[in-house]
Amino acid sequence: MIERRLWRENSHDLTNKIFRINWLLVLLLCALATVGYVALYSAAGGAPDPYATRHIVRFAFGLLLMICIALTDIRLIARLSWVAYAAGVGLLILVLKVGHIGKGAQRWLDLGGQQIQPSELMKLGLILALAAWFHRASWERVGNPLFLLPPLIAVLIPVGLILKEPNLGTAMITVMLGGALFFAAGVRWWKFVLLLLPVPFVARYGYQHLHDYQRARIDTFMNPESDPLGAGYNIIQSKIALGSGGMWGKGFLQGTQGHLDFLPEKQTDFIFTMIGEEFGLVGAVAVIALLVLIIWTALLVGLRCKHQYGRLVAFGIACNFFFYCFVNIAMVMGVIPVGGVPLPFVSHGGSAMITMMVAFGVLMSVQVHRDVEFASAGDDR
Amino acid sequence: MRRDVNRGAVFTRRVLLAGGVQTLLLGGLAARLRQVQVEEGSRYTTMAEDNRVTARMMAPQRGRILDRFGHVLAGSLINWRALLVTEQTANFRRTLDNLSTIVPLTDAERARIDRDVRHGKSYIPVLIKEYLSREAMTKIEVNAPDLPGILVDGGTSRTYNYPYELAHILGYVAPPSESDMNGDALMALPGVKVGRSGVEKFHDLTLRGRPGVVHLEVNAVGRVIRELDRTDGVNGDDVSLTFDLSLQQAIQKRLGDEAASAVVLDCRNGEVMAMVSNPSYDPTLFSTGVSQAQWRDWTKDRRTPLINKATSGLYAPGSTFKMAVALAGLDAKTIGYHDRLSCPGHLDLGGSRFHCWAKGGHGALDLKNALKYSCDVYFYQVALRTGIDRISAMSHRLGLGIELDIDIPGQRVGQVPTKDWRISKGHPWQLGDTVVSGIGQGYVVNTPLQLAVYAARIASGRAVQPHFTRRIAGVLQPGYQPEDWPDLGVPEPMLQAVRGGMFAVVNEGGTAPRARLAGNVHMAGKTGSSQVRRVSRKQRESGYDSKSLPWEFRPHALFVAYAPYEQPRYALSVVVEHGNAGAATAAPMAKDIMTEVLRRDPAARQDDGPARLADAKR
Repeated sequence: MIERRLWRENSHDLTNKIFRINWLLVLLLCALATVGYVALYSAAGGAPDPYATRHIVRFAFGLLLMICIALTDIRLIARLSWVAYAAGVGLLILVLKVGHIGKGAQRWLDLGGQQIQPSELMKLGLILALAAWFHRASWERVGNPLFLLPPLIAVLIPVGLILKEPNLGTAMITVMLGGALFFAAGVRWWKFVLLLLPVPFVARYGYQHLHDYQRARIDTFMNPESDPLGAGYNIIQSKIALGSGGMWGKGFLQGTQGHLDFLPEKQTDFIFTMIGEEFGLVGAVAVIALLVLIIWTALLVGLRCKHQYGRLVAFGIACNFFFYCFVNIAMVMGVIPVGGVPLPFVSHGGSAMITMMVAFGVLMSVQVHRDVEFASAGDDR
Repeated sequence: MRRDVNRGAVFTRRVLLAGGVQTLLLGGLAARLRQVQVEEGSRYTTMAEDNRVTARMMAPQRGRILDRFGHVLAGSLINWRALLVTEQTANFRRTLDNLSTIVPLTDAERARIDRDVRHGKSYIPVLIKEYLSREAMTKIEVNAPDLPGILVDGGTSRTYNYPYELAHILGYVAPPSESDMNGDALMALPGVKVGRSGVEKFHDLTLRGRPGVVHLEVNAVGRVIRELDRTDGVNGDDVSLTFDLSLQQAIQKRLGDEAASAVVLDCRNGEVMAMVSNPSYDPTLFSTGVSQAQWRDWTKDRRTPLINKATSGLYAPGSTFKMAVALAGLDAKTIGYHDRLSCPGHLDLGGSRFHCWAKGGHGALDLKNALKYSCDVYFYQVALRTGIDRISAMSHRLGLGIELDIDIPGQRVGQVPTKDWRISKGHPWQLGDTVVSGIGQGYVVNTPLQLAVYAARIASGRAVQPHFTRRIAGVLQPGYQPEDWPDLGVPEPMLQAVRGGMFAVVNEGGTAPRARLAGNVHMAGKTGSSQVRRVSRKQRESGYDSKSLPWEFRPHALFVAYAPYEQPRYALSVVVEHGNAGAATAAPMAKDIMTEVLRRDPAARQDDGPARLADAKR
């Protein structure tokens, strides 16, 4: 009897949960993945292979994974926060020891044929861990510098490891992500200012200790025309591609810059340039609008959540998505230095997409379980 | 509690702030994008079009085809042509109108250009006209301002040095069809051609090579400002063939006007020394355009110049088939080496009478004499004793009625029938069918190439396969050594008995004394005359003479042979369509051809240079 009732309750619960999934967000992500399909189809010279088909298959798989995670109780996820963090740090250490070296940096780990980039998983682990930490914090404790010391260390450990790979772009995104969570948790303004003061000195010191290729990136960013066929080539060609796209673009599959192989890595980092060239300002701005919609939908999940853990997780994931999009688009437009950051759901590449979908799964779990009660502190009802 | 609400409020405030900042930042990117794409758009558009880096592919040179001694059979020639880059002209039709005042364009050409422009990408040039004269080129260059989008460049085109002699072997090249476009970037280049038949088709990928890419900075009128970098393409590899051009030409001359074919093989390794299908045609006409009249001449000619008779002409082998029947009988022990069978001039079977070609009969004779005199009745009886299936199996081992491993496309297989085959067609197998199969008539049909392989296998005792490829890029390909080929698996005494019969045919007063070689070199051979229609009783009784028949009803004349008898080196087959009698028509030709072959002895001569180089490197 009891079992049956439990079962019925659970099944009722499951239907209920499915209804509570943010289907608008699912739809928006599908739309973004479709943009990716179209762009990758073009990047392959007008063929579904080798990029587009794999992209959409991967997305379908990720979608399934995302729904499964969405139905997982957020309290279970919360309990595993630090485990996820520890796993991320472990993988980062592992990649330094045995990782694959691509373009002078150790970033990839081969897991049974699927290459993964631990720094991507690390960011999710960091979000969960910081959210768990601040979930317990009352207003006074957030004001206590000693209480802020452990999370600060929790941010600096992975940042140090990522810098060691070395991957400057991701390290900076990780720092900003940590900062965003501190900010949302209510850390006072003046504390950020205090931390930001020494940045110029650190930057100067850091610049001298950068790898040559990283320094070259920054130099060419400052003055791309100085070396049009060397390191500045990518930025110039990308700008020419975007600029020549004009208002309405050159038309699907008609982008000359992309199809004549000027754009290096047009299927990964420079995919947005292909869109801008073939579909013009209209197409590019439409994609940006879609990104803004996704960000706001994700932020709203946080705003509607009743517990601090869920709010911080949702906010962190939204920020993570934003950082990817912003850095990628700013990079291909020559606004910030080139840094090997993909455009989520559009660029070709399995690791980033799957990690991003796991993150959105957690976000949806927050949405589904927005009013559950936590045993510990932090419930605001 | 108040504190907690406070915490939620702070969160909401700060999230809204962060979201606002994020939206602003992305909005800023959109604004910057507008600046780049719209305000500065025209500047970047000019950069993209006027002064941009263009990747231009350079077609590799197609590999040459050489004969055994390095004579160039197929090569490449510089071919000046006009190309059109659609995106560099506002109105390509007007450009074409202007161009046609310099270089006349036919309506068909314009239709093709229209189609290519519609299907192609605007930055890949479309071929307008090939084989420009120097004068036309100069005029185009001078009038460049009126001809936006027109580009003159030097491509390569295929040239055949002996088109008529080698049409059937080399094949030809033609523009790729849709199905050839699978992924090879080379196929998108203007004017690229792919092999359509013969060696050109079989070795297409080897000959093709890989395209190079050169990055050029070019301005609006397509003038190259500077070359940035280049990745050199890889030219196609040269293919050296096994055969001897001069021998090919000599044989062609000997066959004269006959509709005939001759195949000469090195019987130890299957290398094709010559393969002539007469008459031939000139395939270069295909690339410049075949006139209606020419096409009619080719297709209406009953001597079928367009068909390679050597690999796809099917003929009943007639008496040349008797060695296969003999070997099948010896193998099945249905006939002994010295068993004598009697020939009264005919064989009666179930109410039908099967005649021997010698009206009075041959009396009693053994295997050697049966071959020597080509006694039909002897082989009727051997066929009946052995059965069609065992004859068929032996023939297949000897290379008849099976698909051969020849390295040019388009062979026909022919057949040596089996009972099952006939039954599968819905008919019973009759004993009479076995009888006529015994003399290579009825359902037995083979190609001249198969007959040459047959002779080579009997002579060498090895299961050689005919092949043309000797070297690729100067490196010897497997198959040139006799040891590369497996043993035929027919016991040597049996082969020796059959060879003895073939020796007698030519040298001991058999059916082909006219094939006897001068000097003390001996050729072993076998004649064949195969009827193309049944001889009626009335014709037979009225003293029928096949020479009086209309050409197309006369029997085919065949001869298969090898030489020297003592140490077999070359095998050949000669088939003269409607040549009446093997002994009278084909045998003398075989003699002259074999004399030419032995005089040149191509297989024994040192072949071309790159070979020695490649050998030395090992």
